[in-house]
Amino acid sequence: MLEGLKKWFNKLLGREAKPDAEDEKAKLKDSVQQVVEAESKPAEEAKKAADAAKAEAESSEPNIEESSTQEVEKVADKPRVGYIHMSGCTGDGMSLTENYDILSTVLTEMIDIVYGTTLVDVWTEGTFAQEMPEMDVALVEGSVCLQDEHSIKELLEVREKAGLVVAFGSCAMTGCFTRYSRGGQLAQPKHESFVPISNLVKVDAAIPGCPASPEIIAKTIVALVNGDMDYLTPMLNMAACDLACGCDLQTSVVNKALCCGCGTCVLACPTRALEMVEGRPSHNKSRCIKCGACSTHCPRTWFPAERVKKDLGL
Amino acid sequence: MAFGTYKEVVCARSTDKDIQKVSQDGGIVTALFAYALEENIIEGAIVAGDTEDPWKPEPTIALSREDLLAAAGTKYTFSPNAIKIKEAVRQNGLEKIGTVGTPCQIMGLRKMQSYPFSTRFVADKIKLMIGIFCTENFPRDSLRTFIDGKLHSSLAATTKMDIGKGKFWIDTVDGKQGLKIKETHGYEQAGCNICRDLVAKYADVSTGSIGSADGWSTVFPRTEGGNEVFQAAVEAGLIETKPMDEGKFGLELLEKLANNKADKGNAERERRLGLGLPLPQEL
Repeated sequence: MLEGLKKWFNKLLGREAKPDAEDEKAKLKDSVQQVVEAESKPAEEAKKAADAAKAEAESSEPNIEESSTQEVEKVADKPRVGYIHMSGCTGDGMSLTENYDILSTVLTEMIDIVYGTTLVDVWTEGTFAQEMPEMDVALVEGSVCLQDEHSIKELLEVREKAGLVVAFGSCAMTGCFTRYSRGGQLAQPKHESFVPISNLVKVDAAIPGCPASPEIIAKTIVALVNGDMDYLTPMLNMAACDLACGCDLQTSVVNKALCCGCGTCVLACPTRALEMVEGRPSHNKSRCIKCGACSTHCPRTWFPAERVKKDLGL
Repeated sequence: MAFGTYKEVVCARSTDKDIQKVSQDGGIVTALFAYALEENIIEGAIVAGDTEDPWKPEPTIALSREDLLAAAGTKYTFSPNAIKIKEAVRQNGLEKIGTVGTPCQIMGLRKMQSYPFSTRFVADKIKLMIGIFCTENFPRDSLRTFIDGKLHSSLAATTKMDIGKGKFWIDTVDGKQGLKIKETHGYEQAGCNICRDLVAKYADVSTGSIGSADGWSTVFPRTEGGNEVFQAAVEAGLIETKPMDEGKFGLELLEKLANNKADKGNAERERRLGLGLPLPQEL
């Protein structure tokens, strides 16, 4: 099951890939891929495509006698994903659930959420408090507060228990708006220092965005399942990045004679902190939330030429 | 390779007299958007509209043929059309959007479509991207400087700008005036100097005047979608085509200029690397 994802983990973790192949898995991947592709079509078409994909997946399911053993295998092989909530607004988690068409498939058939406070109630201090399990991937949403011993303990433990730590959304990657915290608020006046998780632990990949869009989450899941390393390269490259506000756009693009005035940064900015003045982004610091959308989307920071060609059929 | 991937390359122009009157060359951008609007392939197009200030274009959402005609013609300065797309999606509620841009503008939007990190349900609404040939772009004050200083005219007096036959041309009430392209060098924005794409390789359809006679445009339909719209507009009789001139003033010229731009871009990249400056990371 999910050989592609495993290959990806293994490659990153320096383990050797275990060769296996299953038709059923391929079909599942296809059906999700179709749904994701269909998302870009109008809603009605998308629904049709989703239904067709679902019907296909159902019709190709093995009969009951065979399935019992396969089910066990499937469950045992599903990647174990943890969703860790540090300091943030849960926007990225909500964005994940906004993938209505593929959400149930993802959550029930493709991954096992083994730890989390929102999608499941399994966490070290929770209602069903328990030990943190081993995880293949830990999606960490939110920045980490240096005065919050629970958060620090949890994050350090996550690093130990998870194969891959992913900064999920801008708060985890850059600190985002929590960077403006200065403490003095109820109920924890002492909580004042919120930092990107990469300040405390090694991060393997980052998915910026405030919030990370539903589409990028869907595309990432598909790439993970397909073992499409190339698609994930930018996320791996951004893993340790914690500088990405409008000031950084100025220093690393405009000051470096790279800006071409295309306006993509302005389009990407979720808070209208950027506007184009005489062909250059003008940065309004009091609106900027330091999410990094501008730098991330700028075609002059990095450009995925091969992926664009592939997506366009060129 | 100079032209990227494309279905075909033809010489084309709009058959619509109204468009011909206001268009820069063959009126391909206006004609394609007008057709796409008519056929509901798009619900609106982001184009470079005029403002009260002369030659200070502003991205504008065109919802009708009239809007398109009002914005026709090339402006040799910035109109970052991308910045209007979110408004078109979220405030105008458009599900299918067309936009026109220089090669770099198209690159920004294509990157956003392939990696929509923080643009929730925006990039997927762009259904038709028309790329325009681009050798370089000028800040508005650059235009002002050489129009004032070298052509002894003004932005306000200029009714049309054009680049062709080795010169930068302006039309004024006093007639046509040309400035050798060489004289405009150094006025282009610095970001253009590392660019290697003249023909908008990632657009659905690319078009520009280079390689075609006056009043006509060179057109490269590239993607399946772009090709469909273009061919349909031709079949509907809104665009007429003729074979490309392969010779010295046709495709050969375009190839030469495209290669020149790529060579210059590469040389500048080398120079910057030598200075320890960063370049866009190619993935």
